[in-house]
Amino acid sequence: MSRIHVTTTVNGDEREFLCSPGQTLLDALRDELDLTGSKEGCGSGDCGACTVILDGEMVCSCLVLAGEAQGRRVETIEGIAEGSQLHPVQQKFLENAALQCGFCTPGFIVASKALLDKNPNPTETEVRYWLAGNLCRCTGYDKIVRAVMDAAAELRQERTAA
Amino acid sequence: MNAPEPKDAFKVVGTRPIRPDGVDKVTGKAIFGTDYKAANMLAGAIVRCPHPHARIKSIDTSKAEAVAGVKAVVTGADFPSVEDTIVRMGETSASTVDMAQNVMARDVAYYDGHPVAAVAAISQEAADEAAALIVVEYEQLPYHIDINESFKLDAPAINPNLKATGLAEGEKVSPNVTTKFPYAKGDADAALAGAAATVTAHYTLKPVHQGYIEPHACVVSWKPDGKIDIWCSSQGAFNIRGLTASFLHVDIGSIRVMPLEIGGGFGGKNSVYLEPVAALLSKKSGRPVRLLMSRSDVFRASGPAPGAEIDVTLGADAQGNLVGAKVEFVYSAGAFRGTDAMPGVMHAICHYKVPDFSLIGWEVLTNMPKHAAYRAPGAPQVNFAVECALNELADKLGIDPIEIRLKNAVGPGDPGMMGAPLGNVGLIECLEAAKAHPHYTAPLGEGQARAVACGSWMNYGGPSTASVSLAEDGSVLVATGSPDIGGSRASMAIMASETLGVPYEQINVVVADTSSVGFSMVTGGSRTTYATGIAVIDAANAVIDICKQRAAKMLDVDVSTIEWIDGEAVETGNGKRLSLRQIAEKSGATGGPISFEKGVSPLQHLPGYSAQICDVEVDRETGNVSVVRYTVVQDVGRAIHPAYVEGQMQGGAVQGIGWALNEAYIYNKDGRLDNAGFLDYRIPVASDMPMIDTVMIEKANPGHPYGVKGVGEVPIVPPLAAVATAVGNAIGKRMRDLPISPERVYAALNEG
Amino acid sequence: MPSPAYHAPDTVKQATDLLAANKGARPLAGGTDLIVQMQSGRSAPAAIVDLKRIAALKEIREEAGYFAIGAAVPCTSLKNNKALAAEWPGVVEAANLIGSVQVRNRATMAGNLCNASPAADSVPALVAAGATAIVAGASGEREVPVEQIPTGPGRTSLADGEFVTEIRIPRQQKGSSDAYLRSIPRTEMDIAVVGAGASLTIDASGTCTSARIAIGAVAPTVLLVEDAGKALVGSKLDDGAVAKAMEAVSTACNPIDDKRGTIAYRKAMAGVLAKRVIQIARERAGGN
Repeated sequence: MSRIHVTTTVNGDEREFLCSPGQTLLDALRDELDLTGSKEGCGSGDCGACTVILDGEMVCSCLVLAGEAQGRRVETIEGIAEGSQLHPVQQKFLENAALQCGFCTPGFIVASKALLDKNPNPTETEVRYWLAGNLCRCTGYDKIVRAVMDAAAELRQERTAA
Repeated sequence: MNAPEPKDAFKVVGTRPIRPDGVDKVTGKAIFGTDYKAANMLAGAIVRCPHPHARIKSIDTSKAEAVAGVKAVVTGADFPSVEDTIVRMGETSASTVDMAQNVMARDVAYYDGHPVAAVAAISQEAADEAAALIVVEYEQLPYHIDINESFKLDAPAINPNLKATGLAEGEKVSPNVTTKFPYAKGDADAALAGAAATVTAHYTLKPVHQGYIEPHACVVSWKPDGKIDIWCSSQGAFNIRGLTASFLHVDIGSIRVMPLEIGGGFGGKNSVYLEPVAALLSKKSGRPVRLLMSRSDVFRASGPAPGAEIDVTLGADAQGNLVGAKVEFVYSAGAFRGTDAMPGVMHAICHYKVPDFSLIGWEVLTNMPKHAAYRAPGAPQVNFAVECALNELADKLGIDPIEIRLKNAVGPGDPGMMGAPLGNVGLIECLEAAKAHPHYTAPLGEGQARAVACGSWMNYGGPSTASVSLAEDGSVLVATGSPDIGGSRASMAIMASETLGVPYEQINVVVADTSSVGFSMVTGGSRTTYATGIAVIDAANAVIDICKQRAAKMLDVDVSTIEWIDGEAVETGNGKRLSLRQIAEKSGATGGPISFEKGVSPLQHLPGYSAQICDVEVDRETGNVSVVRYTVVQDVGRAIHPAYVEGQMQGGAVQGIGWALNEAYIYNKDGRLDNAGFLDYRIPVASDMPMIDTVMIEKANPGHPYGVKGVGEVPIVPPLAAVATAVGNAIGKRMRDLPISPERVYAALNEG
Repeated sequence: MPSPAYHAPDTVKQATDLLAANKGARPLAGGTDLIVQMQSGRSAPAAIVDLKRIAALKEIREEAGYFAIGAAVPCTSLKNNKALAAEWPGVVEAANLIGSVQVRNRATMAGNLCNASPAADSVPALVAAGATAIVAGASGEREVPVEQIPTGPGRTSLADGEFVTEIRIPRQQKGSSDAYLRSIPRTEMDIAVVGAGASLTIDASGTCTSARIAIGAVAPTVLLVEDAGKALVGSKLDDGAVAKAMEAVSTACNPIDDKRGTIAYRKAMAGVLAKRVIQIARERAGGN
């Protein structure tokens, strides 16, 4: 079986890997590039723990073939913070105790950042529906939703100040 | 033990600092069970039985072994025999023997998903390919999915060797009964005959899964010297160590378990599934082996909490005082003996003063995965029935549902289930707070209705170990053996900080491996902040004692003149101070490094109580139910880190709401699990839920230095009845069968 | 389990050639069904032909008589086309009920159609809209009504080597609009237990001049319930006419009992949803 050579941009860096044609982007990120921050909770697009941003849109990396990433831009949880500076969504998740076990957290943070990039002032309902594809079994979602709303408010303030 | 100090005396307890492991978990750096890789590791795959009950006639592994890259194949024949395990473990270890067979079927596979063989290969693709080439010849056997079928006197036996416990002399029961647990006081029938009003009803629930998002995973390396290293996520690394040693007949000391971050457990990761299998594959291949469950494997072969059939009769006098109760339930156990009947009985009515009662808990085998603990195991099912019946009784008597609970609620000094007086319990305060909460009297919208329910969970203590040591610069290092599932590193750091008088940020907490800290029971039973917390506090106090001695040495005074104030040794009289850093820096010269490890097994835990208010809105045309407002009131003893206590309350309530509305194991006509994925096993999503309001009642536990009671489990107990009663109130019917799917609501609305 | 070959052609011609040359090849649009089927072992294509590098299939064209939606256009992109969203709000909403945002950023209407699930959310709305599919194959292109693509659960009328390149939805007439609703136990992330789409045209007097009602998850394929439309045409969408349409819908249902719903509930919900989508489409049409 022949493996495919893929060149793609991951978190701003050009990366190369070999993958089998049926391999998912999630497996390639985790197994070929050692980016294990994206998690597999289901492998069927039902839990969102593997959420990454592909060419600006959030997707389940378990539902993308690794070969499809050729020439594309992939952003993962590992690229959300700028160096050691946490993104406001990350900071607000910490301050709000919006994680318990933390396994779903990378997917939630990537999805929340994707939301706030598009919609700086979401309502609670918009946050809840945007995040409906991210399952959390620990928190009951309350503190997650509050963290995202807080991060949105902070980002709006930063923009105003800028 | 010291009585808890008044709350305002605390500096750190009750604050909300950022958890020590937080940054790792929001940046993707944390290494969970599914993330760990060992050098030169093989990938494993498990072959699972596709039938609900089948005799294994033969297993042909020859084609699998011929696949390029396959390094090991194991079947039940490679495990120590069940008979040998019985000899080794003794007669009392039925559950260990059961678990050993659950890990890998021997002659008989008992459920769809039961492992029958496993392979390890140089790649996952090769392992999967080889697993698909293992040929198992089965003879299908009669099976039971339905509790009532399995409970019939003439039901075919799932396991002919099963011996039921708790039966009366000569009592005839189904061969599938594992346990009868009767518990009675007085004459319930006579008491009920004299009641002003009674309610009798039957309730049913399906098995539900814990639904943690991280699938089970492990890496095991069995080395040529017989030492075994295990990397896995679990609720208790020591539990994995002990059970794996039992199943494989090796000494406990030869196994070292490295706890990885755990992606949720809720009781379902107290069990061992993969580690002994990976160990044998590693032994055969001579290389580390990784095994991962798929999501479908998780549903088919781990987890569920018992389904139940429950009969309840409650009786009260005209004022609403309960006079008698009869509760009889049958829980499913899955393919092996379960453990939920006893806690089910003990939590059925224990939150109320009932003079005369008769409680009987049964457990029967069903051809499903061996059931596992799920958050307050055994309590939510029976509580659902009792609390729904109590709401009916309140309606019958025309009494407010909180009032009837207040009339009957247990308080400090009332006899507990076993007769001993209850300690400083807070159910009455929970009910009073619920009554006073604006939610309880808020106006309801069109199609909306409200209900309340309450419940209890005993909580637990038991063995834990913690060490506290000082680095050369005075940094504080805390190591425990308790996996951190929901912020326990933060609560340990807070308690260490409070005790030592040093800032929270100066405390560093790790979850240590099984060879680096003493034994600790699982993170479960709402025990960790209580029991491991006591170990941390005791160890910290011992470190203070050592520091005082060292300070006395450094100041050349008697230790009796040294006091410990705000993290410093202070010489009384002249006020000379030595900081932790100064003492630590000189420790080499004053007696050696400063550290203390403390093992404890406290049992002064107290039960937790919760009262919850639920508002629902029902679409009368479709039967769809929305939970529109929800409040959880809970006696938490003392909230060490209130944000994570609220998180337990919110998360537990939402799991209970999911249990009430949508979650259920669905089997097809062939006895196979039909919804083994998150698509059709429908746990709540963000858009299903409102904010979950929390009220923490802090009625301190005098058996813990800071008043901790344990908070993790009780919040899942009341939601089932709160939701069911609220839906019933909205449509004018009683909802006695879970889950309350739109279809069931529609049927109730449109029945005769 | 042999891994399939992966191809990413640049043109429709290359794609049809690849599909013709590889028996057992499958076109890959969004992949949200195909990749799940591959991962679970339910599907083992010999080759995958990724359509997302074909520029022509990635756009929505506004033609004089119709909207042409390329087979590789993800569902979320439909919302960004203002004209489409204004003229066919029901179609756009239906496509944006599939899965999660993550899924909809990948899933396409053509894929939803060709996966041939009777419960596909976008299909009843497309059928009600009178949409057609352009099918490309080695022998050229053909245009067929969307309801003729699925022939049963997981089966289509597409010949070997054929695939859907675009979906065409007629430009909406004045006084017209549409709606789609589904019944699910949760608020999101579920497969429709029942789905219903309606497309209505109402004249100045309030009389319904055309009506198409389609229902999903109640038969092996999505059904166009012509009797329901007939019950509405000529009426002012009064309660009596709507009741007749509901009855026609319930009569047309031929559902199964499964883990997601019973026959009785599905029949009842088909009627309820039909009523609701007629009401919504009517309100929308009034504003157009």
